[in-house]
Amino acid sequence: MRNPFNERKQALMTEEIDRGRRQLLTVATSLTGVVGVAFAAAPFLSSWQPSARAKALGAPVEIDISKLEPGAMLKIVWRGKPVYVIRRTPGMLESLGKISGLLSDPESERSRQPDYAKNEQRARKPEYFVVLGVCTHLGCAPQNRFTPGASDDGVLKADWPGGFFCPCHGSKFDVSGRVFKGVPAPNNLEIPPYAFADDQHILIGLDEARPI
Amino acid sequence: MPAERPNAAGGRLKALGAWIDERFPMSALWKEHMSEYYAPKNFNFWYFFGSIALFVLALQIVTGIFLTMSYKPMDTEAFNSVEYIMRDVQWGWLIRYLHSTGASAFFIVVYLHMFRALLYGSHRKPRELLWIFGMLIYLALMAEAFMGYLLPWGNMSYWGAQVIVSLFGSFPWIGDALVQWIRGDYFISDITLNRFFALHVVAVPLVLIFLVVAHILALHEVGSNNPDGIEIKKVKGPDGHPLDGVTMHPYYTVKDIYGLAIFMLLFAAVVFFAPEMGGLFLEAANFDPANALLTPEHIAPVWYFTPYYAMLRAVPAFAGTQVWGVLVMFGAIVLLFFVPWLDRAPVKSIRYRGPIFKVALMLFAAAFVTLGYCGMKPPEQPFKAISVVGTIYYFAFFLLMPWYSRIDSHKPEPTRVTW
Repeated sequence: MRNPFNERKQALMTEEIDRGRRQLLTVATSLTGVVGVAFAAAPFLSSWQPSARAKALGAPVEIDISKLEPGAMLKIVWRGKPVYVIRRTPGMLESLGKISGLLSDPESERSRQPDYAKNEQRARKPEYFVVLGVCTHLGCAPQNRFTPGASDDGVLKADWPGGFFCPCHGSKFDVSGRVFKGVPAPNNLEIPPYAFADDQHILIGLDEARPI
Repeated sequence: MPAERPNAAGGRLKALGAWIDERFPMSALWKEHMSEYYAPKNFNFWYFFGSIALFVLALQIVTGIFLTMSYKPMDTEAFNSVEYIMRDVQWGWLIRYLHSTGASAFFIVVYLHMFRALLYGSHRKPRELLWIFGMLIYLALMAEAFMGYLLPWGNMSYWGAQVIVSLFGSFPWIGDALVQWIRGDYFISDITLNRFFALHVVAVPLVLIFLVVAHILALHEVGSNNPDGIEIKKVKGPDGHPLDGVTMHPYYTVKDIYGLAIFMLLFAAVVFFAPEMGGLFLEAANFDPANALLTPEHIAPVWYFTPYYAMLRAVPAFAGTQVWGVLVMFGAIVLLFFVPWLDRAPVKSIRYRGPIFKVALMLFAAAFVTLGYCGMKPPEQPFKAISVVGTIYYFAFFLLMPWYSRIDSHKPEPTRVTW
């Protein structure tokens, strides 16, 4: 009677090499090893993602706007960058439509903003303007120079309609953060994602209001 | 004769050597790589830079270890800890300046070493793999230098890293996620600094050392090229050793020490009298601490990256993305890996090559230096236009090489080395 165990035993005794079996085992072991390495690599690669603490620190920020006067500006820091919140006066909003000829990207075609801020006011609610205080030229912090006309330090002339002025390289933006022609900055100031939690609170860092 | 008198101490030392050799191939390694490694006897000064690079690597490792003893990789402490090293740590200023000057010296030496290979065809068959190991070393060195530059947490450190890391953001689809993964945060932060520190002091140095060993093993396997670009192994004496070869030790160890002495003289002069090199080795903006809200007037990388930075800026945005400049910049480095196969000339050394290659190579060196100069300047005319011309020439030099290196004339190679 044929006994496979005896046959195997005999093959071992004669020092014969079963090359087919050896190759199958080599390939199978290697493939299993590769899968194992891929699984083992995953935690190390994931460890480079923002940590729980970094995520918590980068979480949406709530701003209380109940005490913000018309024409005034709030500065907060979100994810290491300054965010400006401005409560615009009707006069400021009126000026927006008149100056589009002076602007480099009046419709915000090539600038970065959420879809709900891609309008002349670049805002969800025209009265409240939320913008990243990072110049699109080289990332300096633009100053608020909302008073129209010539400035005391002479950098702004009588035709200045009011807006933001970057002290580093002289880039100018209107009160919607839209960049003027002929300045170093290429694009309008970026609008971060934000939402209104209620009438008195703005959440910076997410598109839809939800409890945080 | 006194030399042959059996010496008790010498005898014991010999016995110790034999004891080790039975357990570890000490003498065999020494013979293989030093006392019986035959190198061509017509090496000129261009052949100093390999051993000098090895010395600078050792210098960077030793000074780096001592710097880590006082440095703190933390956003609130890093800048001050470097100032502490400079002012309060005994001889800290020397260790730090050796390290910062060493970084620039490393690139000077490596660029000259690479240019030597182009001059004498040292990358050609059978040394292709040797060249590839060398290029990998160059890549690792660039990564090492880039991450090291963030550590002082000066404002140029910060914004330089910001600009370079955001380059990865221009890749379509994965860009933003990739940048966030590299930073480990939503901006260059303490987390980024800490991981760059780990990579700079542990990971990349390990890779570098491994690659340098592979580079030297590959060199000693195929044997060194020489200014004539001929193989000394083809003409061997009755003892089986190349007639035009001399052993690494003592001939080239002594010669390399001489070259090293001259290098150290120049290096020390920079360390002691011009460690900042007028803003070239240490940029002025880096004497201000990192400030995420204040960009330096003009952001430029350190000089050894500026040729590629000029290429990056020479390419305009196209189809709504800046990725083309990034691709050109990375492509410029990838192209270098293929030089052994792009060069089709029947001779290796510039000594026997025709006028086309001689002119093309000199223009290439000039283009590289010019690009480096433009990369330090603000993105204005005429530097923009010059960068475009330089970038086109850089790529043409390599991409047209299969064609012009073949039609170029050449002189017959000698069978024995010359001086």
